[in-house]
Amino acid sequence: MNTPTLPLPEVLRSPAPAELAPAVLFRVGLADEYLTVDAPVGPVFVARNGRGLSATAPAFTSDAADAFEAAFRTRFGRPIRPARHVGRAEVATLETALREGRGRGVRFDLRATTPFGRAVLDAALRIPRGEIRPYGWVARQIGHPAAVRAVGSALGHNPVPLLIPCHRVVHSDGRIGDYAWGSDVKRAVLAAEGVAPDAVEAGARSGQRYLGSATTHVVCFPTCHHARRIAPRHRVPFATLEAAEAAGYRPCRDCRP
Amino acid sequence: MPTGTGEADPGIDADGPAAWPPDPLAARLASDLDGAFPALVTAHADLVYAVAMRSTRDAMAAEDLAQDAFVRAYRALERYPAQRVRDLHLRAWLSRITLNLARNRARDRRARPAEAPLEAIAFDAADAAPRPDEAVLRRESAAAWQARLAALPPAYAMAVELRHVHGLSYAEMAEALGRPLNTAKVHVHRGLALLRTAYEKEIQS
Repeated sequence: MNTPTLPLPEVLRSPAPAELAPAVLFRVGLADEYLTVDAPVGPVFVARNGRGLSATAPAFTSDAADAFEAAFRTRFGRPIRPARHVGRAEVATLETALREGRGRGVRFDLRATTPFGRAVLDAALRIPRGEIRPYGWVARQIGHPAAVRAVGSALGHNPVPLLIPCHRVVHSDGRIGDYAWGSDVKRAVLAAEGVAPDAVEAGARSGQRYLGSATTHVVCFPTCHHARRIAPRHRVPFATLEAAEAAGYRPCRDCRP
Repeated sequence: MPTGTGEADPGIDADGPAAWPPDPLAARLASDLDGAFPALVTAHADLVYAVAMRSTRDAMAAEDLAQDAFVRAYRALERYPAQRVRDLHLRAWLSRITLNLARNRARDRRARPAEAPLEAIAFDAADAAPRPDEAVLRRESAAAWQARLAALPPAYAMAVELRHVHGLSYAEMAEALGRPLNTAKVHVHRGLALLRTAYEKEIQS
């Protein structure tokens, strides 16, 4: 219907650069790129698009890259390829974020996560490095105290493990529990952060699930940075919060047991 | 109204843009933006890049501009109600976004690109001149035609490119350029006349 009056050669139609479409799709979050970054437990794949960091996966297994790309496409339905341009500043930021697990200075792309799941991940982000919290604590923090199982499921679907520290959430009886990358990795990550998984489990088994200070009469989770500063002779273990409160202890305002 | 080209632009003058048939891609964008957007980029990357290139005359700047135009289009599509997306004339809309961005950047740089006068110009004798033989034209190298096109006033070059390289209708062009339909026609005709003159001069010498 649009017949040119002057037969300009079709070759005048110069094609757009090949990188235009991939770059656009990356920027709007419809295609991702990934890079390999060193984490305390070994190399880790970090995927990102223009909206933020979208996925992490262990890079320390054989054929990890192919498996990661395939799993990413299946899970998110988007294309992914190795990053073309990786700046030193970006790697440094990601290394810090993987080490600290606080999400400082990074944005996440959590479009595939439900609002409930995002609330759970937000709560996990507030757990400091070197500390752990029970699943029930997360459930209370987000205002769904009965949804303990759903919290576990939401943490299991964390698309960016390590960057959002779902590994810092454990069973209320002290068992370290499952992890998307395997429970051995969870224990290794916690150990690298200064939490001794064996000691935590042993303490919980012997009824030390809370730790009070005999001088301040404040009761904490045992890994709370306040609890770790209590002098050994002032440490008062409790099996339940009720027992601590009955003994005149108030819950710590930081770790909020 | 002089047509000068002897071509058909069915329905446009009589009925205006509302007469355009619904675009299946626009309908897909309205119902599944993320699913359909890659197809939009693939389908119209050449057009958007050409408009960007014609606006910036620089390959790097054009690629940046084309990227930004598509990103802006995506964000707009996220906000628009479904009916508005279904009614979009995608080529005209994308061209307009690209042109507006280019204009804003040029203004930001305080270095407005030279623009051809907008007033209607009577068709001159060149329009009536015999057309160059098609086969001869097709043998011409793309580079030679690109050079002739680049030598036109920018508004004419843009109009000829949209119309004759990318096949936009005059109504689409009017929407893309934000100008009256007649102005689009005039610019195309003036541009073609100048191209023809330039071509004939070259083959005579």
